[in-house]
Order: sequence, then structure tokens, then C-alpha cells
Amino acid sequence: MTERFMVTQTMVTIASRTEEAEGVVTLRFDWNAPASPGQFIMVWIPGVDEVPMSLSYLGDRKGITVKNIGEATKALTSMLVGDRIMVRGPYGRGYHVPTGKILVVGGGTGMASLLPAMERISATDVHTAIGARNEKELLFEERSKKTSSNVRVSTDDGSKGFHGNAVQLAKEMMSETRYDMVLGCGPEKMLFFLHKLCLDMGIPCQMSLERYMKCGGGLCGSCAIDGKRVCREGPVFSGDELKEMKEFGKQRRDECGGRLKL
Amino acid sequence: MTSLKVVLAGVEMENPTMLASGIMGETGGSLLAMAKGGAGALVTKSIGSVPRQGHKNPTLVELEYGYMNAMGLPNPGIEAFGDEMYEASKAGIPIVGSVFGSSAEEFATLARRMQEYGAEAVELNLSCPHAKGYGMEMGVDPDVVANIVEEVKQAVVIPVFAKLTPNTHKLIDVAKAAEGAGVDAIVAINTLKAMKIDVDARQPVLSNRYGGLSGPAVRGVGVRCVYELFEALKIPVIGVGGIEDWRSALEYMMAGAVAVQIGSGVGRSGPQVFGDICAGISDYMTQNGIRDITQLVGVAHD
Repeated sequence: MTERFMVTQTMVTIASRTEEAEGVVTLRFDWNAPASPGQFIMVWIPGVDEVPMSLSYLGDRKGITVKNIGEATKALTSMLVGDRIMVRGPYGRGYHVPTGKILVVGGGTGMASLLPAMERISATDVHTAIGARNEKELLFEERSKKTSSNVRVSTDDGSKGFHGNAVQLAKEMMSETRYDMVLGCGPEKMLFFLHKLCLDMGIPCQMSLERYMKCGGGLCGSCAIDGKRVCREGPVFSGDELKEMKEFGKQRRDECGGRLKL
Repeated sequence: MTSLKVVLAGVEMENPTMLASGIMGETGGSLLAMAKGGAGALVTKSIGSVPRQGHKNPTLVELEYGYMNAMGLPNPGIEAFGDEMYEASKAGIPIVGSVFGSSAEEFATLARRMQEYGAEAVELNLSCPHAKGYGMEMGVDPDVVANIVEEVKQAVVIPVFAKLTPNTHKLIDVAKAAEGAGVDAIVAINTLKAMKIDVDARQPVLSNRYGGLSGPAVRGVGVRCVYELFEALKIPVIGVGGIEDWRSALEYMMAGAVAVQIGSGVGRSGPQVFGDICAGISDYMTQNGIRDITQLVGVAHD
């Protein structure tokens, strides 16, 4: 196994700040570490906390897209151009960028991890289903249109696009087009049903999972799902791997490692 | 045919590699994954009486020669850990239950629970360098250690291992006190107390400020400690600290370790590290005409 690598903490300066939707902010910073679509980094805000964040932009000016849901994300979403954060990574196994006709399904902030993968595929081959609770929380519709020839939106309350959830929308799109691969990222309940749909339709898929994560470096085991480290063997797992998991869609762990129902 | 089998204080193992406590040992599933990697035995995460979150992040610093961590003993508590032990038992190899407490009575209670859960041995964490009131804070005092070992020995019938800290000049005194109190084996070493300061942030990186250094950086200290313990003790020694290939495993065994534990090596080389080490040791034995691995234990001594 060639897992040996070393990652150092690097200080970066916020170069741009974009409000993507209500309570969701993208921070861009110059950092030339090699990274692939679907990988994540550990972001340290000294004095506050250190948290895992998917890379929403690759290249030399990288980016993270943060939803304000807790102490660390509140500190991040409050950051301004010129502020500094510490980053280490990138970590984990991202998407295996596929060929053929691709359907991308993103729920909530899930599009953040999917867009760098989409941008490596010809737009004519990519269709996209973006799910949001309502129009106000809808993310990355315009950016998706630049890299995907067919972008459709679902909202739970029907305030925009398809009235329903992203999996229902994906099912509709699958009935119109035969896809070779589905990429998914979003709330695990969504991924669970999307995975089920892909199995029923016989379409291979890859999905990015989240778990409470402490060290990020493949050591502590806090992010383990069925013995697989989300930070190392994941965060992206294939449909076949997900099929073998007993905990996928069913159980996560709290900060102490205790079992919680999803 | 070469044999990698070892018997450690009555615990039979197919090979001398063990998962060290603190790495991938918090859930049944992760323990099973380490067994699949080829480990001969598994040591659980250190478990306490009640659920504990551990320290806030950052809890890990990656260094080119190892890691520095201050997890702070996160664990789901002994009550909830029964489910994980049950799942881990499907591996079919010995599980060693690691426990930490703040008193001899607490250690004894936890050890008894681990025995009920099917642990084939219990390992006393007397050496964590970054949790206030636990681990190393008790493990540097020979009298305190002897008292804990006595209580635990009265509480269980399975073998009792004491994992000791190198952060003291009294390691041999502590080990002898544990031996005198009836401990069945010594595990050495735990991490070295350490600190990392980020010059850009101008502050320690770890939220706990202090952490424990592990990986190849500490191997020389670990081998020295095992060498000294082998000379001073009659009971078996288990070597741990910076082992990540067959050479470093054999280094510890030649210093006197009957078995070795691997922690950081799982992070640096992956779960296959156990199988890879065993394959390397087997080749070495074949090339040198050695049939039984126990023939190599302690050969570095005069």
C-alpha cells in the first residue's frame, strides 16, 4: 500500500468571499497543494476549532463552501477578505471521474463537493439535479449551468422547479435519459434512497459520505463506517461498497463514539 | 515451515503483531478491519466508566517522522462498548480490552466488565500523556501502579497487561512494582509528551497544548525501554513505538519483546501493515533458518 504521505498545516489568506445562499458562504484562498475532486481539508480557526470541509474549488485558488450550523462554521462564515485560516490536507479518496453520460445529484451543500468533478467532464455529458429545501437555500445553480447541459432544480416546498426531493427528480431524469454513472453528495437519507434507486435501475454510482471526524488523518477511527475510515478509504464510496455497509443510511456516531440512529 | 505463533501470558496469537490502543479501536467494525489486515490480536481504544468526548480539535499534528496527538481519551463508555466488543469478537482473534480510570476501584470495575464482554486480556492505560487525572499522572508512581494492579488482579481471571509511559526516569521501578503486584505483562511504550507550535498562528496547534509523540520518531526510545525492561523483569514485555515494517518489529523482538503493537503505522501504511510485517518476518526467518519466532526474542542481549 502506498498510503505514506505527510501533510503540514499551512496558513492561507482569504482572497474572496461570496454569499451563495442564506447562511452559506464560499471562501477562496491561494494554496497550490495538489487536490482531486471530492477530497476535503481540515480547516483550523485558531482559538475556535478545526473542522473538515470539502473543497468546492480546486486549482491554485482553492475554495470551501461553508454553511453556518455551529461554532466553527459560524466563525468561518463571518470571515472577511484578508482574514487567515490554517489548512491541512487534502485528505481522502475523491470521485473517480467517470466517462459516458453522468447524472450528478446534489442536496443541500452537497454540490460543493460535486462541482470540481463536474468541471472535469464535458458539459454535454453531465446532467444535474440540485435539491434544496426552498428557493432561498438553493445552491450553485448558475455555476452548474456552466458545466452541465441540463440542470434541474427540486425544492421540498415547491418554491422553485420540481416540487419534491432530489431523488424523486433524479428518478424522473433517469426515465428520460440512460446514464452510465451517478454521482451523489448530500444528506445521508437522500443518498440512501438515491443508492437504492441506482441499484434498482442498474446504474453504477459514487457517493460522498460524512461522519463526525476528529483527527482527519486516518488514525483515530472516529469517522469509521463499517470499519472504513471516511477520512481515508472515503469520503467517496462506490455503490458496491455502500451495498456492503450495514451502517450506511442507518447509523452514525457521536463525539464519544456512541451509536446514533440516522 | 516457519511459525509466527506466540503465547503471551497465556493468550495464544497466530502472529506477534497487535493493534495498539487508541487507533481504529473505538468501533467493532474498525477492529474487524484491523483483523482483516492481518493482526494477531487487537487492543481496544481505552474505555472509561462514562462516555467522554475527548479534547476539542485540533487533536492531531502530522510530522514527517510521526504524529503528535491529544485525542483526550474519547470513548463511548463501558456500558455502550459491549456492542462493539460483541461485533469485534467475530474476528476470531484475541481482543484485549484497554481501560482507564482515576482509582484502583474504577480500573477493577472496568476490567471486570471487559472480562464479561469476552476480552482475553485487559490492558491498563497507565500512560496517556494528555488527559488530566488519568494515565501518565498515575502511571509514574510505583506505589499507585502496584495498588491498581493488585485491585485489578483480584477482580479478573484474565491476564492483566500494564501499559507504561517513557515520560519518567522511574520506568523500571514502575514496571517492577507492577510485576511485584502480579501483573502478567508490561506494554512499553506509550507516546512521549510533546508540543507543536505553529509559527504563523504563534500558538500550540493542539487544543490541549500538550500531546503525545508517536511513530518512527520515538522508536529508538521504545527499543531502549524494552531492552531495559527485558533485563529487569521476568514477565513478558510487549513492544510498541514506531513499528511500521518487519525490520522495526524484529528490532523490538530482539530487544526482548514477545509481541509488538502497531498504532501510527496503521495511519502511515494502512491496515495491511500487520500482514506486511508478518510476511517480512517470515522471509527473514526462512532466509536465516529460523523455524520458531520465539527463538528471536531477546537475542540482542549478551
